[in-house]
Formats: sequence, structure tokens, C-alpha cells
Amino acid sequence: MKPLRELGWLLRVKLLSSLARGERAEGRAGRLLLLLAVGGVTLPGVYLLLVRFLRSLRGTEEVGPLLAAKLLGLGLLLLLSILLLSNLIGALSSFFLARDLPTILAAPVDWLAVYGARLTETLVSSSWMVVLVLAPVLAAYGRVWDAGILFYLWALLLLVPFLVIPAALGSAVTLLLVRVFPARRTRDLLGVIAAGGVALLVLGLRVLRPERLVNPEGFRNLVDFLAVLRGPSSPWLPSEWVSGSVMGYLRGGADPFLLFLLWSTAGGLLVVGAALHARFYPTCFTRAQEGNRRRLRWGSVWRAFERLLGPLGIQRRALVLKDARIFFRDATQWSQLIILGVLVVVYVYNMRVLPLRSSEAIGRFLSSLVAFLNVALTGFVLAAVSARFVFPSLSLEGRTLWLLRSSPLPAATLLWSKFWSGLVPLLILALALTLLTTTGLGVGPQVTLLSVVTIVGLTASFIAQALAWGIAYPQFESENAAQIPTSLGGLLFMLSALATLGVIVAFQLWALQDWVRSGLPWREARPPAPIELGSAAAFTLAVCAVTGIAAYRRARRRLEALEV
Amino acid sequence: MIRVEGLVKTYGDFVAVDGLDLEVGSGEIVGLLGPNGAGKTTTLRVIVGILEPDAGRVLVEGHDVRRRPLEAKGRLGFVPDRPYVYDKLTGEELLRFAAALRGQRGPEVEARIDELLDLWDLEPWRDELVESYSHGMRQKLILSSALVHRPGALVIDEPMVGLDPTAARLLKRLLRGFADRGGCALISTHTLEFAEALCDRLAVIREGAILARGTMEELRAQAETESGDLEEVFLRLVGGVQERRIARAITGEAADRGRS
Repeated sequence: MKPLRELGWLLRVKLLSSLARGERAEGRAGRLLLLLAVGGVTLPGVYLLLVRFLRSLRGTEEVGPLLAAKLLGLGLLLLLSILLLSNLIGALSSFFLARDLPTILAAPVDWLAVYGARLTETLVSSSWMVVLVLAPVLAAYGRVWDAGILFYLWALLLLVPFLVIPAALGSAVTLLLVRVFPARRTRDLLGVIAAGGVALLVLGLRVLRPERLVNPEGFRNLVDFLAVLRGPSSPWLPSEWVSGSVMGYLRGGADPFLLFLLWSTAGGLLVVGAALHARFYPTCFTRAQEGNRRRLRWGSVWRAFERLLGPLGIQRRALVLKDARIFFRDATQWSQLIILGVLVVVYVYNMRVLPLRSSEAIGRFLSSLVAFLNVALTGFVLAAVSARFVFPSLSLEGRTLWLLRSSPLPAATLLWSKFWSGLVPLLILALALTLLTTTGLGVGPQVTLLSVVTIVGLTASFIAQALAWGIAYPQFESENAAQIPTSLGGLLFMLSALATLGVIVAFQLWALQDWVRSGLPWREARPPAPIELGSAAAFTLAVCAVTGIAAYRRARRRLEALEV
Repeated sequence: MIRVEGLVKTYGDFVAVDGLDLEVGSGEIVGLLGPNGAGKTTTLRVIVGILEPDAGRVLVEGHDVRRRPLEAKGRLGFVPDRPYVYDKLTGEELLRFAAALRGQRGPEVEARIDELLDLWDLEPWRDELVESYSHGMRQKLILSSALVHRPGALVIDEPMVGLDPTAARLLKRLLRGFADRGGCALISTHTLEFAEALCDRLAVIREGAILARGTMEELRAQAETESGDLEEVFLRLVGGVQERRIARAITGEAADRGRS
């Protein structure tokens, strides 16, 4: 009974501190807004769309229900992989890096209580979002197949072991990894694995070319297709057990064997995890406290980069060099570039394979419309990348800000270095995206030039805005750069960036509407008039300059007044 | 020289520093003592320009920290109470960065970095990332970063945190040498032996205001005790009541334990 009582206390403390964090005034409005957006709009939206889609599937003879089952299986497989990755990383933090661990381990607390508390913490923090996604999905399946209230109880019975399995497995694997590598090295390793996993997933989904499914030629061999749909894709995985059990229940034949498989696997993994914890945790925790001594590489590259930055002057060069070093030495930061790179490749590929030439009649018209859509999408990508990499840049100075603030460093110099450290790489990305996609559309050099001007202006404006919002809503306590943009400040930045983008794209479409219409088959094709292009470019640059300069000034004022 | 005149700093309704006056002359080391929450760290953070005062002013070698922050900060070296630095820089890179923030670089800075790393036995760790440093090594590195640009004034919040006895003795000698060469240092500390052995003058602060100040002899007179070390003087000035309460709590607890 003692471990159970202690487990209760440990969980209670965690719950109380989480509630206290939620009570703090800062960011409450943002969280509420996010909660409303997700809870009030997104989830019901997903549910309604899914109900509509599943109804159409259910109505399709033979293939429909099979496809619905297959889709559920694939979705659960995807969620299972996300859960496993998330639990691997979460366990590292809760079992080895959390700041309260020394206090807990120094207290006379039973090892089983520590295991239970940390596993629960890992499970909750890694799974809540998955539960949020699964809720409308399962509700939609239940609704379409007219399941009663007992279905939701059945789903809950399936969901619990489905979440426990990756949590117990992830925690055990992390324990074994820390036995081999120091904890911080393991965190780097897991960061790269996670980024690589997401990148592979995106690339994999694109390589599958899902658009072929709507092509009637894809259904030539119906018998083969049905055979594939009927067979389980991965019979040894819990995702398949859950989907089989859910579909079985919905079709009136719930299989208790699958439920037994899920619970026994979860139970077995918990026992193995607890045994491993009892055997290895003290050694692994000690090992996790070891420093991460490692040889630094790329010395000559850094020296060359330092020489390249020579003209910036001593302070600016030091700031830019420091930011670059920290970024490229932190695997959790640079590994995000892998995902970004894959997204860029997929985006460019998608734009290149758009079937704009399929209809000669409206090909030109579509191309000119897509040119504006391309600017809007590239702008959205740039806003998201700014939110991820530029918005947190001041927050990441965090506890080390004392060094900058107690130095004779003008706020303007610090801001300048943050601005250019963001602008140069983002501009390279922006120009690559725009040129690689717009040149393939065949809209002529004038519109390509307008796209380039727009993207350059937007990039500068977005970076200034990201810095301004990032300084207005700093998150100095956050140790995870990826979490910082999910704050209220991040949300406000995205809203302001997207508003800027929307105004510009709308004006450009309005200014060039006659030229766009000239692409219609019954109109005579013509290049855009200088007045159309000129007014669009002038308006774009004016909006970017006004929003960018205003944000930059706001950022400077706030930085000068910032107290740490 | 550091001069603080009528300093006031509030956080909402809470007055952290309440009309504080203080002066640290050339060649002088002044110790700032006080119980937890007395306003020591806030005072030091206002002096180095991290916090804006609500009233009063701070002069560093004649430069107003608020009006001419760059000139004032250029002459200061600061060590905060908690040794947070960039984990992903090496020790050598951090010191070079600290010097560059003061607009310094080149062979002189490199020689100074070598000298400081050697002084604190950090030479074998110069190319290691700071994340692998121990608490004490970080403290040594931050002390080095405060000295790398050869400042005229030092402001140090809790210098002894994490230092081993050898490093603590080295720090005392270093600060004495710094003052003997005409520098001035303002040190906030709870290590009373350190303050007594090193400081030329002491200021005791409570609730944001100076309670007593002067040399050890002058403080003894203010505390109305003829002899006794700084601990006794300090407790008489600020902690007497609290100390008695703690002693009662401990003896009471011990008695309870004895009964059980």
C-alpha cells in the first residue's frame, strides 16, 4: 500500500503545480483563445467532416466499409508512431532531466511510486493531444454506424491500453538509451530521430501520390484492391488491434480477444518497464548527471564564417556568431531544418506537377491565379518559419540576458543582429521557394519579378513583426524553443503576419484582375500593364515598410525598457 | 567609483529598495549584507543597468547609468547570483564574447583569456561546452567574464557560490589586488567570514534601506557590542529576533524527538 499512497502524493503535487501554472495571469487569454479555437471550431469541424465522409463510404457497396476500417487502422498507426516518439522524448525529460528529481530521489520514496508517477506524467504529457484528435474520430465512427452509448465505453477500454503501451515502451527504451549515452546526448539523438521521422512521414505520404486514388485508372484491378483492403496491414501492432476491435463492435461482432491482447500487452510492458526501472534506474540517473563532453567539429568553418562577418564590427559579429553557434550545436534546433527542407521539396514538387496544362482553354487563367496563390502559400510558410525560429530568439536568451543587459550593448545593436540573423537565411528560403515555383508557371518575367519583390518585402516585415511580438511576450523560463511560438505572443504574431499577407495578396489580385481575366479563352492574352504592376508593387512595398518599420521600432522600445 | 543616490525600486506595491544611498570609492571593497529579500540583488541589478530605478541615480566613474548607460556599463564587471551562461558555447568562446560585448578583441584579449583560464584552472576545459561545466566552474567562468575587459568597478552578487576553498582564497586575493590597483568592488554576500576578511566597509540592508554602515569597528559600535565577529554584529542588527525563534524551533523540535 505504501507505494500506492506515495504515488498518489507525487501525482497530487504534480497536478497542483500544473494547476498553479494555469492560474498565472500571463498567457491565460491566449490559452483560452487557443482552447476556444481548438475546442469550439476545429474539433466539431473534424467531427462533421468525418461524419459526412464516412457516411459516403458506408453507402458505397463492399469497398466503403473496408476503406473506412483501413483508414482507421492507418490513422491509428500514425498516432501510435507519434505516441511512441513523443513518449521517448517525454520520458527523457520526466525520468532524467526534471528539476524536481533530486528532491524526490533524496526522499524515502518507494522506487515503484517514482516509476508510476513519472510514467503517468510522461503518458499524460505525450498523449493528451492524441486523445483530443481521437475523440471526434471515434465519435464520428460511432455516429455513422449508429452505435449506442456502450460503444464509447468500449472505445475507452481500448484507448487506455493503446496509450499505456507506447508510454511503457518509450520509457523503457529511453532508460536503455540513457544507459548507453549521457542524457543530454540522448536528447539530441531523439531530437534528430523525431525530426527525421516527421520528414520521412511527409516525404512518404507524398511519394504515395494519394491524388491517384481519385483517378479512375487507379481502380483497374478491383479484386486485388479488395484483397488488400480486407487483410490487416500490420497484425502485430496495437493500432490494428484497436481498429479491428472498433470496426468489429460497429459491425456487431466485438472481439474480446483483441481487447485481451491490448490489456495483456500493456500489463506485460508495465511489468517489464518496472523491472527495468528497478534494475537500471539508479545507475542511469547517475549517468544522466554526467557532463556531455564532446569534441567540437567544424572549427575551420566557424573561423571562415567569422572572417566573413568581419565588416559587421566587433559587437554585431560576436552576436551573430554566438547565435549561429548555439543554433547549430543544439540538435533539437537544427534538426528542425530537416523537416523544413523536406516540406520545401514537397511544396516545390507539388507546384511543379500541378495539372495546369491539362486544359489548354483555361491553362493561362489558372496559371495566373496560382501565381497569387503561390505568393500566399509561400508567405504562410515564411510566417510559420518566422514564428518557429525568429519569434523565440529573445526568449531563448532567457536567463543569460543579464550578460547582454549589463554590457555596454545598445538595444539597437542587439535587435539589428537578431533581425539580420533571421533575414538572411529566411530570404534564401523565400527566394528559392518563389523562383523554383513561379518560373514553372509560365506567367512571364514581370509577374515573377512582382512575386520576388512581394516575398522579399514580406520576409523583412515578418521578421520585424516576429521580433516585436517575441519581445512583447517573452518566455524566459521555457527551455524548449519549439514550445515558445505556441504562446499568446506567437498566436498574435501569426494573426498579424497573416493579416499583412492577406491585405497584400487581395490588393494585388484587385490591381491585376484585368490581366488575370485576359488569360480566359475568350479574351486576348496580354502581358500585365506597367501601371498594374507598378501599383501592386508600390502598395506591397508600402505595406511591408509600414508594418516592418512600426514593428521594428516597437521592438526597439520594448527591448530598451526590458527588465530581467 | 560607484555612487548610489536616493535609489528607489518598486515591483507593483512592493518597495524593494527604499531611498538607498551608497558609495564605493576607488581602491575600496564594500560588502552589502542583509537577510533574504532585503533588496540586495535588486540594488545590484539597478547599479549594473539591468533594472530601471523608479527614483534616484547611479553613477559609475562619474557616468549616470540611466543617462549614459554605455559609458557606465563599459567600466563595470558584473557577476550575478546565479551562474547562467550559454551552454552551447565553450569557455573560451564565452570569454571572447564577453570581451566583444565591450568592443574588445585581438591579441590583448586573447592573452587576457589565457591568463584568466589559467588562473582558475579552467585551461583543460577551454574548448569544452559550458553545459559540461560544474557549478563551481561556471562561477569561475562568470568571474572571468566580469574581469576579461579589465573593468574599473566590480559588482558581485554572491561570489562564493560553488567555489572550493582554494578558489575562494584565490578570489579574495584577486579582489584585494584589484582594489589595491585602484579598482572598486561592491559585493553582496551571505558568507560573513568572507565579508569580514575582505571588505573595507560594510553596509547592512533591510527592507530596502541601509540599517547600518561603516568599518567593522563602526558596525560593532552601532550594534552596541565591544567585541564579537561579524556574525554576532549582523544578528544583533537584523536577525536577533529571528535567530531566537529559529533556536526555539530547533530545540523544541529536538525535545519533541527526544520524547518520542
